[in-house]
Amino acid sequence: MDSLYHIGKYMMMLKGLFVRPERKTMYWKETLRQMYQIGIDSMIIVFIIAFFIGAVSAVQFAYNLAQTITPMSYVGYIVKESMILEFAPTITALILAGKVGSNIASELGTMRLTEQIDALEIMGVNSIAYLVGPKLVAALTMIPLLVVFAAVIGIGGGYLAGISSGYLSGIEYIQGVQSLFLAKNVVIMMIKAIVFSFIIVSISCYKGYYARGGALEIGKASTQAVVLSCILVLIADYIVAWLVL
Amino acid sequence: MIELKDIQKSFDGAKVLKGVSSVFHPGQISLIIGKSGSGKSVLLKCMVGLLCPDNGSVLFNGEDFIAMNTKEKKNIHRSLGMLFQGNALFDSQTVEENVRFPLDMFTRLPLDEKRDRVNEVLKRVNLVNSNHKLPSEISGGMQKRVGIARAIVMTPKYLFCDEPNSGLDPQTSIVIDELIKDITEEYKMTTIVNTHDMNTVIANGDKILFLHQGQKHWEGNKDSLFETNNKELMDFIFASDFLREARAYRLGKTKK
Ligand SMILES: Nc1ncnc2c1ncn2[C@@H]1O[C@H](COP(=O)(O)OP(=O)(O)O)[C@@H](O)[C@H]1O
Ligand SMILES: [Mg+2]
Repeated sequence: MDSLYHIGKYMMMLKGLFVRPERKTMYWKETLRQMYQIGIDSMIIVFIIAFFIGAVSAVQFAYNLAQTITPMSYVGYIVKESMILEFAPTITALILAGKVGSNIASELGTMRLTEQIDALEIMGVNSIAYLVGPKLVAALTMIPLLVVFAAVIGIGGGYLAGISSGYLSGIEYIQGVQSLFLAKNVVIMMIKAIVFSFIIVSISCYKGYYARGGALEIGKASTQAVVLSCILVLIADYIVAWLVL
Repeated sequence: MIELKDIQKSFDGAKVLKGVSSVFHPGQISLIIGKSGSGKSVLLKCMVGLLCPDNGSVLFNGEDFIAMNTKEKKNIHRSLGMLFQGNALFDSQTVEENVRFPLDMFTRLPLDEKRDRVNEVLKRVNLVNSNHKLPSEISGGMQKRVGIARAIVMTPKYLFCDEPNSGLDPQTSIVIDELIKDITEEYKMTTIVNTHDMNTVIANGDKILFLHQGQKHWEGNKDSLFETNNKELMDFIFASDFLREARAYRLGKTKK
């Protein structure tokens, strides 16, 4: 019952996005600001984590393969595939659910509580379109970009860690990375990135926009936004894998 | 002119407004007074469309607001300004950007004309040299002024103020009251103010509506206030010894 009510309200929020902007330049300005916050401000954390995930997987695969007769170039291949198919989109999404999701939910929650959203409505601005729209556009462009970079950096991390582990040479690693390049997997990565961005931003906007009560509730709303986004990202990850693989 | 007809509103079965009717005229300040929790904010929000009343109508110059379509409602919204209890300034924007926001959103004026207009209203509310500060960098009284400036920048026909004195010291409070009074007369606005501040009541009460237990319990002006025998109103207004003495003094003087 309760979840049906929330799904309905969530759908209504999404429907509220489809209105003509009052003034395009204002929406564009807001979108740029959001692109900065969602994209640029998240770069460092995403890249550091992608680098180490690539590095750790390379070392661990290399260690495991060393016990077998499998050629060492497989390390490069496996790191590449797992970065593209899983780690880059999913781990980036989980990090951003925490960083961007909580940010958005508490920003909108505060705006709700301090009547800033009411102030927009009173002026005759469509508050859903103006507040949620730019965040969605910004996320749908910036997060897939971050994911692409994360994949590249992860593979780079694998290279550095792989050769410094002594198990394999740089040439072997690069051979592995270059072998069997499937464009389809890159497409899947992009689909995941887009779906995950949508989930994170729309869920966090929902939690923040409809927050009620006081500072305590904003805290709760932002925690819920993060938890729910993470769960939905993982479920969507599974569904995408199931549908396309 | 704004007319309220039989406004009713409940939340989860609890009746907050049980049928409130009244008329508010241009060029004067109408005060809605009542205890905390008596439904003042709910009534104001019903008037401006932030809440939808369960029953009754709100007429702006004779036209039923609640029955309007979205576009007509937006037009009404563009002709009204509102000062919120907590000011509701956009905290990521500077003073100037806050005040300019409605102009940016709804007009196609060039930037320097918009700036001129912003400076004009900021000067009107006596707030100069703060254009580039953030709301968090200025005092509560200054934030109020920014709130007022933003509310009047589009020269509205209607001004709504929810507890404009809350959180202000008595002196600043009086200055804000005078400012609201002056701009109401200057812009010929229909101004409606929620308050429980007795200084405001005595200074600005061209028309006073007393809300009690969800109903309009009394209606009048600041002069008839002193002569009322309405028990609940007297308990509310003359709650302090000081005000009781003031009333006794004033009544004694008018009898002579
Ligand atoms: N959105 C809401 N949902 C549920 N109850 C509300 C809501 N807004 C106000 N109320 C209730 O309505 C009553 C009147 O509130 P309000 O109009 O804010 O009083 P005040 O006269 O102090 O401004 C209070 O009991 C409050 O709890
Ligand atoms: Mg109130």
